Amino acid sequence: MSDSKTKTIKVSYLARVEGEGALHVRMRKGKVEDVQLKIFEPPRFFEAFLRGRNALEAPDITARICGICPVAYQMSAVHAVEHALGVTVTEPLRDLRRLLYCGEWIESHTLHVYMLHAPDFLGFEDAMGMAKSHPKEVQMGLAIKKAGNSIVSVVGGREVHPINVKVGGFHRAPRPGEVRTLLEPLQRALAMAVDTVRWVAGFSFPDFDREPEFVALRHPTEYPMCDGRVVSSEGIDIDAVQFDDQFAEIHVPYTNALHSVVKGRGSYLTGPLARFNLNRSLLATTARSLADEFLLEIIVKSPFKSIIIRSIEIVHALEEAIRIIEKYRESPAPSVPFTLHAGAGAAVTEAPRGLLYHRYRLSEDGTILDAKIIPPTSQNQKSIEDDLRDLLPSRAALPKGELTHLCEQAIRNHDPCISCATHFLRLEIHDVEPSDGTVMP
Amino acid sequence: MRRERLKKMAVWKFASCDGCQLSLLDCEDELLTLAGKIKIAHFIEASRAVMRGPYDLSLVEGSITTPDDAERIKEVRRESRTLITIGACATSGGIQALRNFADVREFTSIVYARPEYIHTLAQSTGIADHVKVDFELRGCPINKRQLLEVILAFLKGRRPNIASESVCVECKARGNICIAVAKGVACMGPVTQAGCGAICPAYDRGCYGCFGPKEHANVNSLRADWSEQKGLSPLAMERLFHTFHAWAEPFRQAGLAAKQDLTPEIQRIEAECE
Repeated sequence: MSDSKTKTIKVSYLARVEGEGALHVRMRKGKVEDVQLKIFEPPRFFEAFLRGRNALEAPDITARICGICPVAYQMSAVHAVEHALGVTVTEPLRDLRRLLYCGEWIESHTLHVYMLHAPDFLGFEDAMGMAKSHPKEVQMGLAIKKAGNSIVSVVGGREVHPINVKVGGFHRAPRPGEVRTLLEPLQRALAMAVDTVRWVAGFSFPDFDREPEFVALRHPTEYPMCDGRVVSSEGIDIDAVQFDDQFAEIHVPYTNALHSVVKGRGSYLTGPLARFNLNRSLLATTARSLADEFLLEIIVKSPFKSIIIRSIEIVHALEEAIRIIEKYRESPAPSVPFTLHAGAGAAVTEAPRGLLYHRYRLSEDGTILDAKIIPPTSQNQKSIEDDLRDLLPSRAALPKGELTHLCEQAIRNHDPCISCATHFLRLEIHDVEPSDGTVMP
Repeated sequence: MRRERLKKMAVWKFASCDGCQLSLLDCEDELLTLAGKIKIAHFIEASRAVMRGPYDLSLVEGSITTPDDAERIKEVRRESRTLITIGACATSGGIQALRNFADVREFTSIVYARPEYIHTLAQSTGIADHVKVDFELRGCPINKRQLLEVILAFLKGRRPNIASESVCVECKARGNICIAVAKGVACMGPVTQAGCGAICPAYDRGCYGCFGPKEHANVNSLRADWSEQKGLSPLAMERLFHTFHAWAEPFRQAGLAAKQDLTPEIQRIEAECE
């Protein structure tokens, strides 16, 4: 595509995503011919070197797939191994895990809302720039994020790659006194998170709707996090062990991340939009009333509004964390006893940016014979491309800079974590106009 | 009075999990102050704005695993007056250096349906194997307090005050009871560099060495203790040394030495994985 009628718009980087990649768009007469979201994050081969390791090492090793959502990796890993071993943790330990996961949702979502996504809506390059004219908001974001990180520090031992999670529970259950210190900052963060929802709901959103197949966990009584069935807006309703029967990974040449599809149907979307659309009624009280106030549509179809949903989920996670902490009166036994044996197990949990599937097959002494991990971003990758395919045609006449920024924003809508699946996204738009040869600058 | 030019800082990423650069954004209390003291000129994870080099300070995360990255790190070095690596991947190749002990083609075919689409090097190596490094900040992940100290020291033009003692020293300072002695836990504290705050022993588990080998780490003595006093199997010892800093020399050697004693066990596992 390099004849005189071909135009290449090269925009250096799509920033403010976690990982390395590029976007390649080819358009002809305002029609989108091809969209490729390329991920060139170098492959790191976790599934290969997990083979031969002990299943008890899985939570510490798989955490290293992603520094942004290590708790998600630890949670999917321990649940899958426990499933293989027939282990169920006690209710207090389940609560502690939920508390830890709430911490990660709060810090990861707040990072995205304030530092990665909000600058798009307000026309800033980054949060540091935004802080000059919106100091109060940025300070608020940092305070909420800090409160979330404190949970991960206290329950997990440290913010990035926590050390306290293990198969069967925790190495040490935190002392009630340690957990109590979290309460006051979390209560302050909750008030700020409510203000955040009001703030982001006032942004202006591009007029764009799309309704992909939404896939999320569903739990009978809780907004999903650690467990539940995998359900979809098209009627999927399966257990985690059936995941491979329903979804397939395909390897396409232009990316180092595998694409996931619903077998026989194609792309699907996981993450905040899917979780919210499939589980809205299960949100905690304040989060639900904010949803009713600011998201009147029954199904939220605008991916740009994911920032509102993330903000509502921050409120939810704060309410949930506060609830768990308020009833944490004594340290439970840190873990349940179990013995290693041969078996196979799978688990799906809700990482902040979407479903995270782990599956392991173990030998008699707990050695991992085979591991499979499907991160949220590789599940969403095809759906992100579909968003761009639908978004661009009616906007093809926009000036180059605006069009590019819109593409970046459309990708950031889904908080892709490219280390999980890839770091910079280099954006290339090829516009082919054979009829009159006019080229955009 | 003339305002002094702010020094320019860049953050670079190679093969890694993003956790170390995230530590910079995790400095919630200091981030905005820091942004007023140093120009964040290139930090793709956080900003669209990219300033051209040269940079006064480059922080480099990640290991070198592809032919392109082996070239890119040389460019980064040319553009950087001071280059500081952050984290285990950049120091010793990280967890992805486990490939260095295996056949990478086989690894590719385990993970990817079409291995021919994947371009990768046979080994994952730290940055100092490729270019001159001015300082290595350890940890998987790094400690954000230490990161701030490194940046501050750079701004003041002094050496960073980063201890090179073992985790045991931090553990004592924290008032932990030694779990290796009291509970017979295999703890890597004696051979691991301090910096984490001895968090693992504080959470009732043995240190797993994520800050890498301390200077003059006596790995053989530790291995003898594990084998004779604690009854650890060669396989368990190999796994402990070969995880987050498997390619750092003392840990690499200690793991290989343990492995020599377990050839039959490894063959059994490999046969089962087939």
